Amino acid sequence: MELYVHIPFCVQKCKYCDFLSGNYDVKLRERYTYALISEIESYKERFSEETITSIYIGGGTPTFLEVVFMQRIFDAIFQNFHVAEDAEISMECNPGTGSLEAFKIYRHMGVNRLSIGLQSANEDELELLGRIHTFDKFETTYREARLAGFDNINVDIMTGLPFQTWNKLSNTIKKVTYLKPEHISCYSLIIEEGTPFYNTYKEDVERREKDLETEALPDLDTEYDLYKRAQQLLEEKGYHQYEISNYAKEGKECRHNIGYWKRVPYLGVGLGAASLIDEVRYTNVRDISSYIEKCESDESVRVEEIELSKKDAMSEYMYLGLRMNKGVVRQEFFDVFQITVEAVFGKVIKKNEAQGLLMAAEGRIFLTDKGMDVANQVMSEFLLD
Amino acid sequence: MAVDQSKIRNFCIVAHIDHGKSTLADRLIERTGLLTEREMQSQVLDNMDLERERGITIKSQAVRLIYKANDGEEYILNLIDTPGHVDFNYEVSRSLAACDGAILVVDAAQGIEAQTLANVYLALDHDLEVLPVINKIDLPSADPQRVIEEIEDVIGLPAEDAPQISAKTGLNIDSVLEQIITELPAPTGDASAPLQALIFDSLYDPYVGVIVFCRVKEGTMKAGDKVKMMATGAEFELVEVGYFGAGQFIPCDELSAGMVGYMTASIKNVRDTRVGDTITSATNPCKEALPGYKKVNPMVYCGMYPADGAKYPDLRDALEKLQLNDAALQYEPETSVALGFGFRCGFLGLLHLDVIQERLEREYNLDLVTTAPGVVYRVHKTDGEMIELTNPSNLPDPSEIEYMEEPMVDAEIMVTKDYIGAIMDLCQERRGIYVSMEYMEESRALLKYVLPLNEIIYDFFDALKSRSRGYASFDYEMKGYERSELVKLDILINHEMVDALSFIVFKDTAYERGRKMCEKLKQEIPRHLFEIPIQAAVGSKIIARETVKAMRKDVLAKCYGGDISRKKKLLEKQKEGKKRMRQVGNVEIPQEAFMSVLKLDED
Repeated sequence: MELYVHIPFCVQKCKYCDFLSGNYDVKLRERYTYALISEIESYKERFSEETITSIYIGGGTPTFLEVVFMQRIFDAIFQNFHVAEDAEISMECNPGTGSLEAFKIYRHMGVNRLSIGLQSANEDELELLGRIHTFDKFETTYREARLAGFDNINVDIMTGLPFQTWNKLSNTIKKVTYLKPEHISCYSLIIEEGTPFYNTYKEDVERREKDLETEALPDLDTEYDLYKRAQQLLEEKGYHQYEISNYAKEGKECRHNIGYWKRVPYLGVGLGAASLIDEVRYTNVRDISSYIEKCESDESVRVEEIELSKKDAMSEYMYLGLRMNKGVVRQEFFDVFQITVEAVFGKVIKKNEAQGLLMAAEGRIFLTDKGMDVANQVMSEFLLD
Repeated sequence: MAVDQSKIRNFCIVAHIDHGKSTLADRLIERTGLLTEREMQSQVLDNMDLERERGITIKSQAVRLIYKANDGEEYILNLIDTPGHVDFNYEVSRSLAACDGAILVVDAAQGIEAQTLANVYLALDHDLEVLPVINKIDLPSADPQRVIEEIEDVIGLPAEDAPQISAKTGLNIDSVLEQIITELPAPTGDASAPLQALIFDSLYDPYVGVIVFCRVKEGTMKAGDKVKMMATGAEFELVEVGYFGAGQFIPCDELSAGMVGYMTASIKNVRDTRVGDTITSATNPCKEALPGYKKVNPMVYCGMYPADGAKYPDLRDALEKLQLNDAALQYEPETSVALGFGFRCGFLGLLHLDVIQERLEREYNLDLVTTAPGVVYRVHKTDGEMIELTNPSNLPDPSEIEYMEEPMVDAEIMVTKDYIGAIMDLCQERRGIYVSMEYMEESRALLKYVLPLNEIIYDFFDALKSRSRGYASFDYEMKGYERSELVKLDILINHEMVDALSFIVFKDTAYERGRKMCEKLKQEIPRHLFEIPIQAAVGSKIIARETVKAMRKDVLAKCYGGDISRKKKLLEKQKEGKKRMRQVGNVEIPQEAFMSVLKLDED
């Protein structure tokens, strides 16, 4: 089983961000820490037989939380769960938070993988995004992490930013690859409703949908070129794509994330966290005060429970599995569901194969390069009615 | 209980849109104590949601008020509300036939508008006595003296004693009620003569069947009577007669000559009771039917299709029910390659179309795809035959066409001085032929143009409002048909003709409209995995082209913290979206695209 821990705190909210996070004050951060610990404790008995194979501390900015509070959370995790010796333990970090001392303590707690949110190496883009850091600050954070002993580091970058050109994007990629992180996540910017970016760029979003010229956001063709050229340059620099937006050096793929695509059961704790346990998807409450109040009065924080039918599970298995370049292994599908993938999805597979979007070879079913570019189109066809 | 005819007044209120007709009606209802203030919901008579939202009256409504006049007598006032918009003239005419008098409401600031005149003439046509009332005198810009002069000069009605009121605040409402008694005539007619009653409206109730609204001209009707519809020949036994409360039906013993009320007779078939027909006694019939209403012909046609093909029977039932109390609505089944089974529907105008469409969607919960509206063209074939074309797809081969004609209108546009130039430009662009201009007073002029109907049906009114900053008002009358150079513009998507997108257009504007149509469709049709050409063609000649490029990227990158359900929702939305599209060849066309021709002049 995997464990996800959500830390909903940030120095300030970025303009494109629609995740659950905010600054709050230190009192609230402390109360949240203890609420989180009591949620963790509440699962002790239920999962006493399970082994945690990976832990992911996400946010927000986990490294913005006071180190002493983080220490308490780790203590709770290790006291209440059985964590495998070789578990991958990742923590997210934003430049400008954390310090050499803090990184050393995280290492000591057991964190063995650090994911740093850079997003861009260009100062104008960082400002536009509402990031608190400069590229120099990122470089400092990166070097301190190395000094503290992190030998598995991911750097997040983004494509499709407003006014982004290939010059700017390639500058970011070149500067990042020069530092030789083990892993690079390359996300396309999505303008989510309810964010400041949505208000600023919603007209452009509409224009882009209608295939009209845009002002700030790259138009559909430019966006595709940026994404495609980033893919090529990253490959050239020795990072192979193993999932739609993830690139890694050989053997440095993120085990935790692969777990999501392979539908390994996971427990999510903290504000708004999602879980998949015994074919039920749970979601925690998304309001921080009710989260804390519920934890303090020993109530369940889960507000949504979706039981997955076998059909749901098979659909998920396909559309999540296809996110990975290796795709879905036929035999594994059969082992899980006791039915062949052809018997369930034969028609869809054939149709997409004919369109050159999907390939079936070597016992696997996977997206072609072209299919990867239009993955949503293919995946939506794997939904069963 | 016989009612003394001299104590009855049947009247309606006519006005230009927004001059306060419905507010005055509310005030009269309130003042006569039919409803307590607590029961009053603003604008009682506009009882459709749609009417209240848009602030317009679409359907006629009737209500009976009891008023104790200054002479100490109690009077029965039957108020029949009428719609104000040009598209609903037909409804107005129906209501007027049930009345003996009309209150003309004129805005004290705006004075006489195009629709004021049109309604007054309608009322005079029906031999109604007209009582002018000047409303909104509480407005700072009110100028009642000028309006009085206008009424006397333009309409020729004495207006010196017209009540000056504010329907909003309730000021001087009593003087309106008094003048209804003193100025409007009581009905005439012999209660013992053979029955003669005019049907002016009806509605369908699932429990009692059709409820027929009627005005008794001669004779008496009561429950148990055997009656006959003179036009349809159908005979019924009356189950109930009664009059109108506010939003409710109140049964009574009998309706006698001069009265307005309703009757039910377990009538299940909506076609048996035609609005405008005369009800008479089956045993002692009258000699002649009352003159019915002027038959109206739809001016605008469009195709209406259920978004979900399985809902076709529901759409048919809904149209049948709507037609029951909206005789101007016409429909007949048609099929389209792209849209499947639907109906070609005829309307009085674009607002009428709009209202019907919204009522179908709201009251009958239907999701509709509507094709571009068009007018009725006359196609004269070389073999001498003339066909009235309501669906562009039925246009004969050009080699069989001798010539075509299109309907023209006499348009009157009232506009303030500053915008005359802009409005003349607009009429010019719409192929208008200038007739005359006269100054109504120093600051306003009446422009007269002859315009092709097809140039004003989609967005002329909007363009007029925007170019005059809302200061122009517009009215039109059918003029007749004129010969015109017309062609059918076809749209090909991925080399396949889409019948539902064809329309008839003036030859010289075909290129321009074809080009705009292609541009618009390019925006509406999402990228597919392959390139899609969109072409406009006249006959076999391609006159414009756009291309929807092939989709190259569609990925959702972030899938955070294992929050799969969000991603799933997105994929489901994508799949749902595809279901709602119409498949033509291997291209999926969003339903909105079929309406896009309407928005060609937006930019």
